[in-house]
Amino acid sequence: MATITINKKQFEKDIGKFDEKIQERIAMFGTPIEHLAEEEIQLEIFPDRPDMLSYQGWKKSFLAFLGKKTGLKKYKINKPEKDYKIIIDSSVKNIRPYTVCAIVKGLAFDDEKIKEIVEIQEKLHVTLGRKRKKLAMGIYPLEKIKLPIKFEAREPDKIKFIPLEMERELSGLQILQRHPTGREYAPLLAGKTKFPIFIDSNKNILSMPPIINSQMTGKITEDTKDIFIECSGFDLEMLKKCLNMVVTALADMGGQIYQMTLVYGKKIITPDFKIEKMKISLENTNKLLGLNLNEKQLKKLLEKMGYNYSKGFIEIPPWRIDILHEVDLIEDVAIAYGYENFVPEIPKISTIGEEDLKEVIKRKIGEVLIGVNLLECSSYHLTNKKNQFTNMGIPKKLEKDSIEVEKSKTDYTILRKDLTHYLLKILSENVDSEYPQKIFEIGKIFSIKEEKISEMENLAVAITPGNFTEIRQILEYLSKMVNAEIKIEESEESPAHFIEGRVAELKIADKKIGSLGEIHPRILKNWKMKMPVALFEINLEEIFKRLE
Amino acid sequence: MKIERIIDSLNPNERKIIPYLSEKNISEICKKTSLDKVSVLRALEYLQNKKILNLSTKKKKIIEIGVNGALYRKKGLPERRLLNLLSNKRILNLGEAQKQTRLSNDEFKASIGALKKKALIEIKNGKIFLNANKEEIAKKSLEELFIDSLPLEQESLTPEKLYSLKILQKRRGIIEIKEKKIIEIKLTELGEKITSLDIKEQDLIEQITPAILKKEQLWKGKKFRRYDVISSLPGIYGGKRHFVNQSMDYARRIWMDLGFKEMAGDFVQSSFWVFDALFTPQDHPVREMQDTFFIDKKSVLPDKKIVKAVKQSHEKGVGNSKGWNYSWDDEEAKKLVLRTHTTCLSAQTLAKLKQENLPAKFFAIGKNFRNETVDWSHGFEFHQSEGIVIDKDANFRHLLGYLKQFFKKMGFDKIRFRPGYFAYTEPSVEVDVWHKEKKVWLELGGAGMFRPEVTIPLLGKHIPVLAWGMGPDRIITDYYEIKDLRELYKNDLTKLRKMKFWIK
Repeated sequence: MATITINKKQFEKDIGKFDEKIQERIAMFGTPIEHLAEEEIQLEIFPDRPDMLSYQGWKKSFLAFLGKKTGLKKYKINKPEKDYKIIIDSSVKNIRPYTVCAIVKGLAFDDEKIKEIVEIQEKLHVTLGRKRKKLAMGIYPLEKIKLPIKFEAREPDKIKFIPLEMERELSGLQILQRHPTGREYAPLLAGKTKFPIFIDSNKNILSMPPIINSQMTGKITEDTKDIFIECSGFDLEMLKKCLNMVVTALADMGGQIYQMTLVYGKKIITPDFKIEKMKISLENTNKLLGLNLNEKQLKKLLEKMGYNYSKGFIEIPPWRIDILHEVDLIEDVAIAYGYENFVPEIPKISTIGEEDLKEVIKRKIGEVLIGVNLLECSSYHLTNKKNQFTNMGIPKKLEKDSIEVEKSKTDYTILRKDLTHYLLKILSENVDSEYPQKIFEIGKIFSIKEEKISEMENLAVAITPGNFTEIRQILEYLSKMVNAEIKIEESEESPAHFIEGRVAELKIADKKIGSLGEIHPRILKNWKMKMPVALFEINLEEIFKRLE
Repeated sequence: MKIERIIDSLNPNERKIIPYLSEKNISEICKKTSLDKVSVLRALEYLQNKKILNLSTKKKKIIEIGVNGALYRKKGLPERRLLNLLSNKRILNLGEAQKQTRLSNDEFKASIGALKKKALIEIKNGKIFLNANKEEIAKKSLEELFIDSLPLEQESLTPEKLYSLKILQKRRGIIEIKEKKIIEIKLTELGEKITSLDIKEQDLIEQITPAILKKEQLWKGKKFRRYDVISSLPGIYGGKRHFVNQSMDYARRIWMDLGFKEMAGDFVQSSFWVFDALFTPQDHPVREMQDTFFIDKKSVLPDKKIVKAVKQSHEKGVGNSKGWNYSWDDEEAKKLVLRTHTTCLSAQTLAKLKQENLPAKFFAIGKNFRNETVDWSHGFEFHQSEGIVIDKDANFRHLLGYLKQFFKKMGFDKIRFRPGYFAYTEPSVEVDVWHKEKKVWLELGGAGMFRPEVTIPLLGKHIPVLAWGMGPDRIITDYYEIKDLRELYKNDLTKLRKMKFWIK
């Protein structure tokens, strides 16, 4: 979850008193307050609005929402000066094909501002950049760089520079192996024979994106006034918008934006503030929202969300990435209108409620069982091999049929194959609870056959202390009550956890649905239990079929 | 209560022991009433419940006879045996004396010491000389008297007896001091009155048995013993549905009341239904193993027409949408996952829906999964319940109307809607409910209208779909005042037995 942190004093200076009313406005703007501290306000920014991941970006939108500075905010953009040029070498094409760049001048950095810039950059890396995979950004002090700059890819051993926070020169490969940031992001360059770099006209390497900047030319200090920004990645349109988010935030801090010429063969100039237009229909808006707005009202609401509106079209701010469709504009209209101002209404349409029949049958089975004093339990659908196999006396070689989930963060690593082992686990964890203990569980179990996973509903009942007669009585009662006609037969091949000669096979028609019997002391020992257990587990699918 | 009523409520054993309540000793009461100890104790307990007496337990040190002491009580103390021998011989060799008394070295030494101390003998040149007259010999020593009077309470010892205790304690195994719990009976004022009356063994009817009912003369005109109807009893516990399932059934009923039809489906689903069909781009973080449980198997994609439309929706967009502008990979969509939300069931329902059945309403309720560690506030399994309304005339105000009604039925009268964000809805809503007791807004649900990028591939054209969901786990933990989410799956039988029913 992405957040921004705002200094309370700054907020009150720029926006107004931070009282309950303004807090309500903030929530209704769609940036809920995540945390409030003495000096700071932390807001959640939803993933569709990375342009609000800086205080500047958020403030701009929020002021418009309050009706203070509505419409599309204009920024002054200066044309590229001599040498404000990036030459993109074709060697980057299959590695990191695009970069977009800008120069911002006249900034007055202090510690706070440097921190802020680094934070914006980091937040965009994590969210929009998918941890630098799609997009990575670099900011450099212009005075240490000799323009023009080249973006090219080289063999890792031909890249040599001092990375940030280091004292020695390292090669491209060494950075990935030795530098903490290098190690963290190394997978992004794994398998590449060449690594991308920015290099200036003095042949100084500025950075190796998306990994790290140079300590010599890629570090902003309090003396920095003018900066060079680059943003590299794979989706040119997105890179442009991301660059726009950053340069506008810097302009709001007092900088002047300068464009640069990107030479890709053909020339592109960034930052690109070309305004994109999109159609919005008053009729669609009213239909979707259930409102009756006129065009004037629509215009006013759109302007509160930072758009310009004219004759059925809006101008999309060049830093917004979330406008894919007219519905995105209509949502913004709804936000400007105020969610609190909508009058909820239930339409008078008639439909018939219907419960899933399996759920009905499961509930009935539950009712039968609680009638004979059984307590229902509820376990996880994930389990582990020790509980599912080892404790149940199942040989290692049969474990191959388990369905494993990848990279589980706990020791629950496979989908359960039965409920029996979970009931034994429950009994073994409740040896201090009053006896007798009679429990049951109804739930899904998972199996795999020829790579195909199937899910079925099972029922298991366990009683302790309990014997064959008692557990069979429960099964027979259930069978009669739900008219399942479960047959009890001598078992030919029974699960290893039962005592041979005290286990029966359960069938409906000729279909085997489960087993019933007394648990072998060997298994009870595995579960550290000192009370006899009798148990059955059946598959409910046949019963569903009969009752459906 | 009247004293007569109390007397009528006395059971046979209580009646038996009442005359002997002045006995200090429980075993004494046992002897006199010929009841066993358990029965006496239980009767005393009942009498205490009736406020006839108070019981208190005290720890007391009791001096009992030891292993050697028991032997000496029969045969006499070693010094008594030596003295008896000397009363005949008057003078004896030390060695000869030990031999004749058959005492061990220790016993012999001790007996010489004891007699010397009392000046009954003298030792000269290896010989014992008796120094006492017949009366002195015959007189029992303090130690002997002490042994005879055992067991004794240490507290009540006279100085003389304390002295004997000190001496005997030094000798091995004669006495033993044990700590015992002593139950003391103290009559109350009511007790004093009742014991002063002559309580007889009366012919009161105890438990009614079939035998009594069989013959009228066995009950007609007779008195039934009054029962103590107030004092506490051992509890019993009945069979019960798991509290989570009870509350799920409740949510299910609400959906039914509102005219929704239940959707059911598998937990193991393809990424296609969980993510792609819901317009979640393939590089979205939720589609990483870090967040979602993947199973290393591939599934089969559904109908080609739908797959093609979903691909189009992601890559270039459908219905005037720009799409996500990337190359959609069907291999990524085939990856199996444990469903992260029940919305995949909504997507499948839309894909199967026939236009002639509109408007339609569906709901789902069930488990979902995320790759998460387990602690008091996190778990890898969680419940979700959600509903969709497919209606060509549906609008945002209808969505809010359904939400208001739904949460009202869940017990939340005051709710608030805020802008929210979900990849597959626009507009999106966060639903907060007002918690009356805690006086805070709780974030309980999410809602929205499905994006055209979702509806067009699944329904063939854009028809408004209202959708909302909520996490019932939060309502359950709140209702049962559970602080730790793990308790939902802990199956602590003692707790489950005591758990209240879901009464809503």
